[in-house]
Amino acid sequence: MLIDYLPILVYFVIALGVAVGMVALSEAVGKKTHSTVKDLPYECGMVPVGDARSRYSVKFFVIAMFFLVFDIEAIFLYPWAVVFKQLGLFGLIEMAIFIIVLAVGLAYVWGKGALQWE
Amino acid sequence: MSIDIPTICLTNIGPLITLSVAGLLLLLFDAFSGKAMKKAHFHQFSLVAVVIALLQTVWLWNRQTTDFSRMIYVDNFSFFFNVIFLLGTGISIILSVHYLENYRKNYGEYYALMLFAAVGMILMAAGGNLVIIFLGVEILSIPIYILSGLFREDLKSNEAALKYLLLGAFSSAFLLFGIAMLYGGTGTFYLADLAAFIKKSGMNGFTYVGMGLLIVGFGFKVSMAPFHMWTPDVYEGAPTSITAFMSVGTKAAAFAAFLRVFLEVFPTVRMEWDLLLWVAAVATMTVGNVTALAQTNIKRMLAYSSIAHAGYILVGLIAGNQLGATGILYYLLAYTIMNLGAFGVVIAVARKKDNYLNIYDYAGLGFQYPGLAAVMSVFLFSLVGMPPTAGFLGKFYLFSAAVEAGYIWLVIIAVINSLISVYYYLRITVIMYMQPAEADLGPVAMTPVVNATLIISALAVLLIGIFPGSIFQLAMNSVKIFGS
Amino acid sequence: MQIIFFLLAATALISGIMVVIQVNPVRSALFLVLNFFALAAIYLLANAQFIAAIQIIVYAGAIMVLFLFVIMLLNLRQPEEGGAHRHLGQKIFGSSLATAVIALVIYKVFRMIVPPGKPLTPDFGSTEMVAKSLFTDYLLPFEMTSILLLVAVVGAVILARSKVE
Repeated sequence: MLIDYLPILVYFVIALGVAVGMVALSEAVGKKTHSTVKDLPYECGMVPVGDARSRYSVKFFVIAMFFLVFDIEAIFLYPWAVVFKQLGLFGLIEMAIFIIVLAVGLAYVWGKGALQWE
Repeated sequence: MSIDIPTICLTNIGPLITLSVAGLLLLLFDAFSGKAMKKAHFHQFSLVAVVIALLQTVWLWNRQTTDFSRMIYVDNFSFFFNVIFLLGTGISIILSVHYLENYRKNYGEYYALMLFAAVGMILMAAGGNLVIIFLGVEILSIPIYILSGLFREDLKSNEAALKYLLLGAFSSAFLLFGIAMLYGGTGTFYLADLAAFIKKSGMNGFTYVGMGLLIVGFGFKVSMAPFHMWTPDVYEGAPTSITAFMSVGTKAAAFAAFLRVFLEVFPTVRMEWDLLLWVAAVATMTVGNVTALAQTNIKRMLAYSSIAHAGYILVGLIAGNQLGATGILYYLLAYTIMNLGAFGVVIAVARKKDNYLNIYDYAGLGFQYPGLAAVMSVFLFSLVGMPPTAGFLGKFYLFSAAVEAGYIWLVIIAVINSLISVYYYLRITVIMYMQPAEADLGPVAMTPVVNATLIISALAVLLIGIFPGSIFQLAMNSVKIFGS
Repeated sequence: MQIIFFLLAATALISGIMVVIQVNPVRSALFLVLNFFALAAIYLLANAQFIAAIQIIVYAGAIMVLFLFVIMLLNLRQPEEGGAHRHLGQKIFGSSLATAVIALVIYKVFRMIVPPGKPLTPDFGSTEMVAKSLFTDYLLPFEMTSILLLVAVVGAVILARSKVE
C-alpha cells in the first residue's frame, strides 16, 4: 500500500539533494568576490528600483480567492470521475447541481465586473 | 464494485431547496438586471421565498423520519426551529429595507446572504450527523461575517466583521476538533450511533475531550460566558438589521444544535456536563445583566441582554427534561419576536444613518410617537419577563423545569438576575414616558409594512403570553424525540 | 512506521509553532508550507491517500497563494515594533497556565480507556472509497458545500468591491 509511494519519496529526496547540492557545491568550490554591484539583489541584470515590499492591490487577493474556490470545486471532480460509471445518471445529476451552484457564483462574479482589471 | 444509490425524498428538504434556489436567483438578478429594476424587488422576492419555505414547513409538520442516509432528521423539532428561523429571517428582511436604503446599500446580495444563512440554520437544527451540523454552522456564520462588515466606510462595522471572523473561525476550529475527537472515540459522526455507543460503552478519553470542545464551540455561538466577549462589539458595530438577525438567528440555531446533540448523544452522562453548564449559565446571566446596567448605547445594552437571555435558556438545557426542552423552544420563539421587535424600534428611532442610538435619545418618545413607544414597551416588558407577555411564560417554563429537575439554587440565581434586568429595561420605558425630549430629533420614517410588522409582533408577544396553550403543545410535541 | 510518524508529527508541531512565533510573515508562510507537507505525509501514513493529495493541491497550492497575497496586501515596510518584551510577566503566567492545563488534560486523557481503533480495510482512504461515501451517504453535505463556496465568492466580491456605489 504505502510502498507504492516509495518512488515519490525517492523523487523528493533526489530533488532535495539536487537543490541543496547545487547551492552547497557552488558555495564550496566557487570563487567569492564581492563588489557593490555584485551584492545587489539579482533582477534580470537590471539595477533594482525602489523597495520590493510595496503593497499590492486587493484585486490580487480577490482573484486568489476565486482561484481557491474553483480549485476546491475541481478537487471534487476527481473522486466523482473515479466512480462516475457506477453512479450513472444519479452521479451526473448530483454533480450537475454542484457545478450549477458554483456556475451561478461565476456568473455573479462576472456580472458584477469583479473579473475586470481596471 | 457496485454502489448503492441512496433513496432520497426531496420534499423532506423542501424549505432548504426553496431558500437556496431563491438565493441563487437573487444573485443572478443582482448581477444581470438593469439599473431600473434594481433595488425595488429584491426584498419582496426574498420574502416570498421565506413564506414559501414556511408553508412547506407547515405542510411537512408531523412527518417523522430521517433522510439522505440519516444525514438529517425530518421531525417536528427541526420544523419548530424552521418556523423560528424563517420568522426571524422574514422580520429581519422587512426591517432591513428602509435602513439599507438610507445607507444606499440595498444590495441583492444582502438578501441572498440572509437566505443562505437561513439555510445554515435549518441544517443545524435538522442535522443528524455532526458533519451536517458543522456545515450548518459555517453556512450560517460566513454570510453573517460578511454582512457585519457591509458598511465598509464605517470603522466600527469593519471592527465587528474582523472580530467576529477571527473569533468565529477560532470557535469553529474548536467545534471541528471536538467533532474529530468524538469520531476518534466512537468511529461515527451520526448522532444516533454516537448515542448508542455512549450508552453501551460509556465515555472514554476522546469523547470527554470532544464533548468539552463541543461545549466551547456551541457556547461561542450562543454567547455563553466566558465565550461572550465578541458579542457587544459585534452587535454594536454591525448594521442594526444584521444585529437583529444574528441576535435571534444565530442564537436559536446554535441552541437547536446544542439541545439536539446534548439531549440525544449525552443524556446518559448528564453528571459529566451539567455542573459545567451550571457554572457557565450562572456566569452568563450575571455578566450579561450586570454589565447591561452600565450601558448607554442601546445596541450594546441589547447585546448584553442577549447574553443574559442565553443564560436563561441554558437553565432549560441544564434541567434537561421534557419541560426544559419545551421551555427552550417556547422561549426562543418568544425571544425571536420580542428581540426583533425591539430592534425594529431601535432602527426606527435611530433615524437616518444610526444617529440616535443613545438611550437618552428615547426621551419624549412616548409623547411624540405614542404608538412606537407603546410597542417598544411591550417588547421591553416581555424581555424583562413580566406577565402577561410571552417572555414571562417562557421564563416560567424554563425555571419550573429546573425546579422539577432539582436545581433550586440555579433558579434562585436566575430569578435574582431577572430582577436586576428590570432596571435597565424599564429605564428605557421611564425615559420614553417620564422625560421630556431634549431636542426635536426629527421625524421617524415609518413605512406601513414596518408599522404593521411591529404591531403584529407586539400583539403576538401578548397573545402567546396570554394564550400559550397551542404554542406550548406544539413545542411539547416537538421535543418528544428526547425520551427521558 | 512509528518512527516515521513521530518524526513527521514533530516536524508538523515545530513548524506550526514557528509559524506563530516568527516575526516576519513571509517566514511564517514558508513554515506553514512545511507544516502542510508534514501533515500530508501523516495522512499518507494513515492510509488517507486522497486527503493527502488534496492537502498538497489545495492547502500547499491554493491556500498558500492566498496567504501570500494577503501578506503582500499588508504594509510590510513598517517594522513590527516592540511588544515582545513588554508583558513578560503576563506571558510567563499565561503560558505556564496553558501548559499546566494541557498537561492536566493529557494526563487525564491518557489514563482513560481509549478504545482500540478498528483495523482498516486495505483500500480505505483511496479515492474510490472516498468517492463512494461522498456521493451516496454524504450527498447532502456535498451539495451544501457548493453553497458554502458560493457564499465565500460573494463575500470576496462584496468586501473587496473596488468602488462604493
